[in-house]
Amino acid sequence: MNENRSFETAEARLGQLYQDNKEQIGKGFPAFMQHEREKALAAFLRMGIPDRKTENYKYTDLTKLFENDSFDRAFQPTSFDFDMREVFTCDVPEFDTHLLFHVNGWYYPGNQTTDFPKGMIICSLKQAMMQYPDLVASHYGRMADSESDPIVALNSLFAIDGIFLYIPDNVLIEKPIQVINLLRSEEDLYVTQRNLVVVGKNARVKLMFCDHTLSIHSYIANYLTEVHLLEDAVADIYGTQNQHNGTAHLNGLFIRQERNSGLITNTISLHGGITRNNILVDFAGENAEAGLYGLSLTDRDQLNDNFISVNHNQPGCRSNQIYKNVLDDNSSGGFTGRIHVMPGAKKTEAYQRNNSVLLTKAARMNTKPQLVIDNDDVKCSHGATVGQINEEALFYLQTRGIPEKEARLMLMFAFAHEVLANIRVEPLRQSIDRLINKRLRGEVSRCHNCKLECIR
Amino acid sequence: MLIIKDLHAKVEGKEILRGINLTINAGEVHAIMGPNGSGKSTLANVLAGNTSFEVTKGEVTFNGRDLLAMPADVRAKEGLFLSFQYPVEIPGVSMINFLKTAVNESRKYHQLKELSAGDFLKLMREKKELVQIDSQLTNRSVNEGFSGGEKKKNEIFQMAMLEPKLAILDETDSGLDIDALRIVANGVNLLKRPENATIVVTHYQRLLDYIVPDVVHVLYKGQIVKTAGKDLVLELEEKGYDWIKKELGE
Repeated sequence: MNENRSFETAEARLGQLYQDNKEQIGKGFPAFMQHEREKALAAFLRMGIPDRKTENYKYTDLTKLFENDSFDRAFQPTSFDFDMREVFTCDVPEFDTHLLFHVNGWYYPGNQTTDFPKGMIICSLKQAMMQYPDLVASHYGRMADSESDPIVALNSLFAIDGIFLYIPDNVLIEKPIQVINLLRSEEDLYVTQRNLVVVGKNARVKLMFCDHTLSIHSYIANYLTEVHLLEDAVADIYGTQNQHNGTAHLNGLFIRQERNSGLITNTISLHGGITRNNILVDFAGENAEAGLYGLSLTDRDQLNDNFISVNHNQPGCRSNQIYKNVLDDNSSGGFTGRIHVMPGAKKTEAYQRNNSVLLTKAARMNTKPQLVIDNDDVKCSHGATVGQINEEALFYLQTRGIPEKEARLMLMFAFAHEVLANIRVEPLRQSIDRLINKRLRGEVSRCHNCKLECIR
Repeated sequence: MLIIKDLHAKVEGKEILRGINLTINAGEVHAIMGPNGSGKSTLANVLAGNTSFEVTKGEVTFNGRDLLAMPADVRAKEGLFLSFQYPVEIPGVSMINFLKTAVNESRKYHQLKELSAGDFLKLMREKKELVQIDSQLTNRSVNEGFSGGEKKKNEIFQMAMLEPKLAILDETDSGLDIDALRIVANGVNLLKRPENATIVVTHYQRLLDYIVPDVVHVLYKGQIVKTAGKDLVLELEEKGYDWIKKELGE
């Protein structure tokens, strides 16, 4: 919190906040991190908080959010006087996962990691920095470039904790790893979380991030996950974002894929005040494949903005983006889908689609494909639709005795289905089906039976 | 069963139905014929409750109740069924979920217990056999990627599932080859009951070779201009609609 000092700009205030807490933030980290932070600070001050004039953030003006300096910043872990497993249980039936928690961006010390295969590393980022500095240093910051985005810079500046996951070559993790990110505070809070995932050659992992708020305070959550898929690695990365309206979720997922690797990522934005997803896939080897999917449901004054980039640097890679939005009330959405096919990236296949349904006249959707193709031996397509519920289909269902309200729900659900069909963990898919159904019915989609329920 | 009195309706400001009078009793099959643009499909859609058409005058009672006051889904649950000229493709809505919802909504309306999954599948199997619909079609999304013939067969299959009191078949013969036409007509005939009625809306005589009407009406410029027995079909086939126009002094 700022101690009665006044600053001309939010940027200056944040820069000073770093300087004032530099020692606390950097304590115990290897030397390269200091360098990363200095680089991030300079980049952040140069670019500033994104506003409407910032091309990549033209649908998400963050200046108002950052003007408010009442957010507390925790440079030390939240202390726990309870067992997380008792407070929070995921009620997806028959859903057997490796369950891990973060609270306010901090890796929960009670996480149990004993039943993982030998050689696998699963621990807090900070611990990994101290124990495996070379392994971390060779991957950290390679995908999330502070120079490219002020929100990335801000994350790198304040990054202290998060999860570090290393899956050795040829190791197959059968059970999904479920990472539950909780926000729980006694005052408004700014949270930074930084995750790093390395999936070894021919290794296989399914990762889920579930984002929740457990108290009614306002949050800015700046989460960033870097993922490295080595040759022939396969990863599923699912995200369910289910936070209250007082939450601004600035989420980054940056993935580097080597030869023959395969990725599916599915981002389900169920609820949240401002949700911005920056997702980047960089093909660093031939014949890699990425499926990027997302579904966003917004109502009231919510904003959801998906900013997707896929860089085809290598030949023979395939990517497919399908993002869908259902917008109710006064909510708004943004979609930017970038595909960059570099010279030499022959036999590229890159597809992209954004479909949106506006349920009211006040709801707004901005959609922008950006294809840069520097090669002629490629198959690329893009498409965007913004529309209303199909009235003919609605009438058809009604003539079979289905009431209008139910018929509308069936059609919205059908619209969402294409995205959900790409979830390859069956119990998770069924559970998300149910959550979407509840959400579309206007019921609060609470996917957990936490004792700290808050409705906001 | 159905009594239409002086029904007027318009779409986009243009009056399409201009005073329809029609009475249909249980057990009867009525054919409504007429040239393109005479208002046949409009009549079918107005009866089914399509709100893109505005009823400006007249009344319709269905089994003694005010049909026009009911929303489309209630009309269906009261026993009215429209077989669409162009059945709508609905990607993402599975045939099974769609039919199960439809059947159970109707059962709820009539205060019957909803069908269990097992009973529903059994019912579906029986009806599929009855109308000879390919069993694979019910594993797909509603009408999605169906051929023209499959869509029409699917309409009759839905009719078999919902067991309506009054079925309105809107140009069910359009786009069908002769084999599909026979299967569709056969399905309709098998579903015929003394307590039910059927309205066959068609441009051509073809379908009426298979579904023999008791009464034939000619609709022209939004009015029924001629009503007779089934022989009228043959007369129309021979002389064409121009004959009607001449009779009307046009």
